[in-house]
Amino acid sequence: MIKVSRRRLIVSGLAATAGASGLAVAARLAQKYGLVPPDHGGIYGLGETLTYASQRLLTRHSLAREFTRSQISPRPFPNYLDPLTEDFKRLQVGGFADWRLSVDGMVVQPASFSISELKSYPSRSHITELVCEEGWSYIAEWIGVPLSHVLHLVGVHPQARYVVYVSMEPDTWDSIDMADALHPQTFLCYGMNGSELPVAHGGPLRMRLPRQIGYKNVKFINRLTVTDSLKKFGKGLGSNGAEYGYAWYTGI
Amino acid sequence: MPTGYGYVLPDQNGWSRALHFAAAWIAVLTGLLHAISGLLTGHFRKNLLPARANLSWRALSTSIAKTLRLERPSEADASSYNVLQRLTYLFVIFVLFPLVVWTGLALSPGFISAFPASVTLLGGRQSARTIHFFVSVALVLFVLVHVAMVCLAGFWNRTGAMITGRSGTHKEHI
Repeated sequence: MIKVSRRRLIVSGLAATAGASGLAVAARLAQKYGLVPPDHGGIYGLGETLTYASQRLLTRHSLAREFTRSQISPRPFPNYLDPLTEDFKRLQVGGFADWRLSVDGMVVQPASFSISELKSYPSRSHITELVCEEGWSYIAEWIGVPLSHVLHLVGVHPQARYVVYVSMEPDTWDSIDMADALHPQTFLCYGMNGSELPVAHGGPLRMRLPRQIGYKNVKFINRLTVTDSLKKFGKGLGSNGAEYGYAWYTGI
Repeated sequence: MPTGYGYVLPDQNGWSRALHFAAAWIAVLTGLLHAISGLLTGHFRKNLLPARANLSWRALSTSIAKTLRLERPSEADASSYNVLQRLTYLFVIFVLFPLVVWTGLALSPGFISAFPASVTLLGGRQSARTIHFFVSVALVLFVLVHVAMVCLAGFWNRTGAMITGRSGTHKEHI
């Protein structure tokens, strides 16, 4: 039997209480300042939370590295695509003239945009690397309208915290926080290497986020929803990838 | 999960990536604690920095020969590290671990957006990936050899010493 003095017991008890309340306060503060990702639960959630919180504290406004035109990869690898749906093929036959991107949720003026309307807004481009979880990567010029421009057009409520983006591919959707949504390099991307965005790369419209891994750059997006909580989308983990066990935040 | 090259993996990628990054956080946090306490307590200087006399070719070749013959250390040697062990530990602590962390961070798109030199100094993303892979293999080899040598020197005695900080006095029988 180990003898514990009363003083020692009281001191350890106080220290344990202080430690536990310190942790609780830290968790509340992290939640308040948007440092907790939606997939923070479970045995791996701690690692994901540390990664996301560190990136938000250290690199919130950093810009992805841009390359010169001569560094563009000659053969950008279009990753595997599921067979295109009949709805998609119908729009493709019409040259995507009937493609609409709808924007709803916590906005002043819900709206929908055709590809030519999106192209009429100030066009931006950057030459950045697309990096895949599987290891491959390539450098390309990406052309589009900054997501922030479209968000300003519809008017985002101040309580908004996330933008959910939905693909025309079945069961494919993802979301980003406002730090990424308003980031100047985050594009609704409709062009690549000087021409239209090929269907193999997600044309007519994909999300382009050069500070995150490839799978976050969802192809064929046709709907944006601005929200203050991801709880009501799917299982509440922020993306269909997170429901498979993939990280929601992939700036790593 | 379908992949681009026709080989269908069982969907373990999400699980293994979560394990990888959780392990990376543990390695970095405990590694920092180890490095700081090692510097403050003088552990690296006292126990790991080899004496100048032991760095001669003669001393080194004797140590290498002893190791290759799988000789069990003498009673005097068992309480300390020989010159090869010291050099290996210093290499692992100050070269391999920092390198695996650096090359790992150089693969993070968020990190390199803030610190682009971390990846350009390595010659780009794919070079960083290659170095990261081979350094991690070197670390695994180190662990295998390390555990083999602990067994050779007396597993319970050494493990006890590692945990309590005192070397056991009883004789070990393998």
